[in-house]
Amino acid sequence: MVEAVDVVLLLLLSVTALTIIRQRNLFAAVMMAGIYSLLSAGLFVVMDAVDVAFTEAAVGAGISTVLLLGTLALVGHEEREPKHRPMLPLLVVMITGGVLVYGTLDMPPFGDPANPIHHHVAPHYLEESEHEIGVPNVVTSVLASYRGYDTMGETTVIFAAVVGVLLLLARGPGPRRVLTNGRWSTVAREEESPEPQEDDDA
Amino acid sequence: MIGLGLFNYWVVIFLMMVGFYTLIARGNLIKKIIGLNVFQTSVFILYITMGKITGGTAPIFIEGQEDVVYSNPIPHVLILTAIVVGVATSALGLSLVVRINEAFGTIEEDELEEMVQ
Amino acid sequence: MHDRVILRVGAKILIPFILLFALYVQFHGDYGPGGGFQAGVIFAAGFILYALIYGLGTAKRALPPTAVYVCSALGVLIYAGVGYLTMALGGEFLAYNVLAHDPEHGQEYGILLVELGVLITVFGAMVAIFYAFAGRRKVQP
Repeated sequence: MVEAVDVVLLLLLSVTALTIIRQRNLFAAVMMAGIYSLLSAGLFVVMDAVDVAFTEAAVGAGISTVLLLGTLALVGHEEREPKHRPMLPLLVVMITGGVLVYGTLDMPPFGDPANPIHHHVAPHYLEESEHEIGVPNVVTSVLASYRGYDTMGETTVIFAAVVGVLLLLARGPGPRRVLTNGRWSTVAREEESPEPQEDDDA
Repeated sequence: MIGLGLFNYWVVIFLMMVGFYTLIARGNLIKKIIGLNVFQTSVFILYITMGKITGGTAPIFIEGQEDVVYSNPIPHVLILTAIVVGVATSALGLSLVVRINEAFGTIEEDELEEMVQ
Repeated sequence: MHDRVILRVGAKILIPFILLFALYVQFHGDYGPGGGFQAGVIFAAGFILYALIYGLGTAKRALPPTAVYVCSALGVLIYAGVGYLTMALGGEFLAYNVLAHDPEHGQEYGILLVELGVLITVFGAMVAIFYAFAGRRKVQP
């Protein structure tokens, strides 16, 4: 039963990913990316990763879609027809895929409790977390206590992203660059009357 | 689940390659960022798949039951961090796209290359 | 706006529950799936919904951008502050055992404070990034 759900979700994910390549209307591509995130959140639940599913659904299908739609409102909606033949990218992709598949031939079978990944630190966390920390959710205890240093680095990365976005977007648009007689120059924009900003549309 | 063998990993590698292809073959900058997101999510699926144990359950302790097999919590912790870092990267990439559009008037890679030449 | 009555009334009913659910996820992160990241994103989603329905100006009056920028830095400060607090109390950096009379209680206090820091930073970050994108006017090419 669980295998059936797993196979169905993986097939839906493949179909969604293939649709994203072909879509030239960017609004539809963003919506398909949101569907892809939600389907992968479902797959995470099947794989017993409930915290990760929660975060992926909230962040991937929620915040990422909002940011992409906000960008689409500022930029165009349509992608242009691709000019080059996709031979070289296809070749690179197939070689990379082939090498990765060759790498997985060495991997232990999926779901086996005797896999090497389950033998080193994980049993220690699962056994000791109950009386060293006393929090039932092992993922929270590992995230906040055993690996708390990494989580501090992650929080700092989020803060750095905020600083970066504010540096890029907090001021008005810079001068427009134009190419005249093979030389770049900047043209100042004419002042627009500040209108009250309506709500964000897509 | 053991019966599925390596099927899961191969489908996930296919998803990764689809995202990778979108990233390198399409010229529109927003399409590239969408492809990057698809690529990242597929890598997350690969890691979480490695932590699953057949017949296990989520790594949250159940009161009073002794013989429960819990799935490995370490990939979950790593991927939780990776998801949030991924959205931070996307936000920065999208703000760069907005600024490029305002400066040059286009976000197609071919037109940008012609302009810069 | 007359034609958005359903959206406005619906949002007005839903947003308090969204914020309450975010706090639920934050504090029950110890006992079920949840924690600081998920709670921060859901909390920010409540404010983003308010900004989408009622307009960015109204949302900026309800939650000023300066407060949002302070929040995004405050969380990191709380997290690192817990580390320095444990050092001041005699342990190593981020060793929660010294925070209370008992190692287990100390771990609980440490995790609570640290997840609070994560909640504040993630909430501030998501709302700040949304304000930056939504407040940008589309320029004519």
